[in-house]
Amino acid sequence: MISERLRLSGISWLQLSPILMILGFFLVLPILAIVTVSFWSSTEYSYFPDFQFENYQYLLTSSVTWSVYLKTFMFTAITWFCTLVIGFTVAYFLAFHVRSLYTQIGLFLLCTIPFWTSNIIRMISWIPFLGRNGIANSALMDMGMIDQPLEWLLFSDFAVILAFVHLFTLFMIVPIFNTMMRIDHSLVEAARDAGASGLQILTNIIIPLSKPGIMIGSIFVVTLVMGDFITVRFMSGGQSASVGRLISNEIGLLQYPAASASAVVLLATVLLMIAIMLRFVDIRKEL
Amino acid sequence: MGTPSDEKQLHGELDLRQVTKQFGDAIAVNSFTQHFPAGQYVCLLGPSGCGKSTTLRMIAGHESLSSGDIQLDGRSISHLRPAQRGTAMMFQSYALFPHLSVLENVAFSLKMRGVDVAVRNRKALELLELVHMDGFVERMPDQLSGGQQQRVALARALITEPSVLLLDEPLSALDPFLRIRMRAELSRLQRELGMTFIHVTHSQDEAMALSDRVVLMNNSVIEQAGTPEEIFNAPQTSFVAKFMGGHNIVEVDGRAYALRTDRTRLSTDSGGVTAQVSNVEFLGRSVDISLDCSGVELVASMSDGDYNRDRIRTGDNLYVHWMREDLYELSDTSAAV
Repeated sequence: MISERLRLSGISWLQLSPILMILGFFLVLPILAIVTVSFWSSTEYSYFPDFQFENYQYLLTSSVTWSVYLKTFMFTAITWFCTLVIGFTVAYFLAFHVRSLYTQIGLFLLCTIPFWTSNIIRMISWIPFLGRNGIANSALMDMGMIDQPLEWLLFSDFAVILAFVHLFTLFMIVPIFNTMMRIDHSLVEAARDAGASGLQILTNIIIPLSKPGIMIGSIFVVTLVMGDFITVRFMSGGQSASVGRLISNEIGLLQYPAASASAVVLLATVLLMIAIMLRFVDIRKEL
Repeated sequence: MGTPSDEKQLHGELDLRQVTKQFGDAIAVNSFTQHFPAGQYVCLLGPSGCGKSTTLRMIAGHESLSSGDIQLDGRSISHLRPAQRGTAMMFQSYALFPHLSVLENVAFSLKMRGVDVAVRNRKALELLELVHMDGFVERMPDQLSGGQQQRVALARALITEPSVLLLDEPLSALDPFLRIRMRAELSRLQRELGMTFIHVTHSQDEAMALSDRVVLMNNSVIEQAGTPEEIFNAPQTSFVAKFMGGHNIVEVDGRAYALRTDRTRLSTDSGGVTAQVSNVEFLGRSVDISLDCSGVELVASMSDGDYNRDRIRTGDNLYVHWMREDLYELSDTSAAV
């Protein structure tokens, strides 16, 4: 009996081993390495194994850290809100207003086409559009709506958020669309039969039932924006900071222990945010 | 609820006049004209795709009419929104809101009207008592069995105090045992509430057991309407005879007639049509004898007592005969002997 049970559990572990190896090697090990390095010491030109909290102490007491985190939270909040509104609307249209399945699939694929090019290219393509003499400014001037080019269109927080929304809305559309497609249309009819108006159907039926999708999309967007450094650098023209840029700069200066400490704090922050979000919605039904 | 008052009995008189529904080129319901008296249990019966569900959805207001008119108690409701019609619908899959508790599901339509939470919960509880589900108010729909979900769906539909309740295949998702119990329950509720029930089904057993009146549909038109006795005993077309079951279609003097299988008699005396027994099916209270009459299939049903006495076996050669008054002439001559 016991040997049989041992044999069975041995087989289970064997079956689990590929995923354990992948996760262990590519996820757990790097994180452990980063955590370890975050306690090391460094000088201007070297770093060496140690166990001290100076990196964290410096990071958490610096006013720069706090203002950078504040800025990153602001980017995250605004991007989250915009992608949610756009993503929900698009998903709602696809799931409830497009009747034929083929049109649905076709329009859905259309949403994914921008993803055939790289992030960087999609970001850079905003530059000729938003620039001082770009299409947006010249069109607005031609229409007589402005006399001088708008300076805040490019290399500004506006541009950063615009690029974020552009890049990440799809991550909101896909999970929300997926949840909405599982909503039985007879529920909408039952609600209408009970006298619910269009708005009441939306707030009482569709939004509550789409919550798991909204939450999964929100986790994607929050994680992506919190960890981003390249979009902020490109679109702000180097004028805005984010936590990701902070880490990237420290790596550029070969301050690996400091960068590691920043990374650990960022990881903890993002995990905490996700934990808070999961308190509100049970996404297990969706997985 | 008690006995329905006189005033209540006047409600729920439904009139459909040449109601037609077209989807593109396809006609789903063709010129459906029928009067549904108040307070009756009516079954819309027919095979799948015959247009019965579409008719029900048009009455409910979930499908628009291509032409024709629907009147409820003398008032045209064709262009009203579902909730303004005085009808309520119970959906085939029950369509309970999965994120709301039993009580919230039942109280939903009152919430939409802005009724105070204490008032609507009291009213919802009253209806849950009516369907014997008052012990389950806090449960979520996925914690209920199929039969319990159906009771909740019934309570939810009844809370708006409709004069017509529309039921779309309400029993098809239940197991056979529960189906018969819920059948009795529906019948009891209809009598107690005294409102018009319109029940869509593809099962002729269900229609005969429940209804005061059956409307049998086929190919988007009404094939025959009447009491279950009229439809079963005097089918007007061969489709009705075949769909209701228990009938042979025989030809006499070039005309087609329906003949109940239990009025189809067998004997060894010559006279009548010659037939060979091709199969014998024991059905418990009765026995069905399949007969081959020179290429045409007939069935004779007999009680197990008669069967045991006559000792009929597969391959026997017999004579089939019937009484003249048991024949009902069919308006069409297709598929006759």
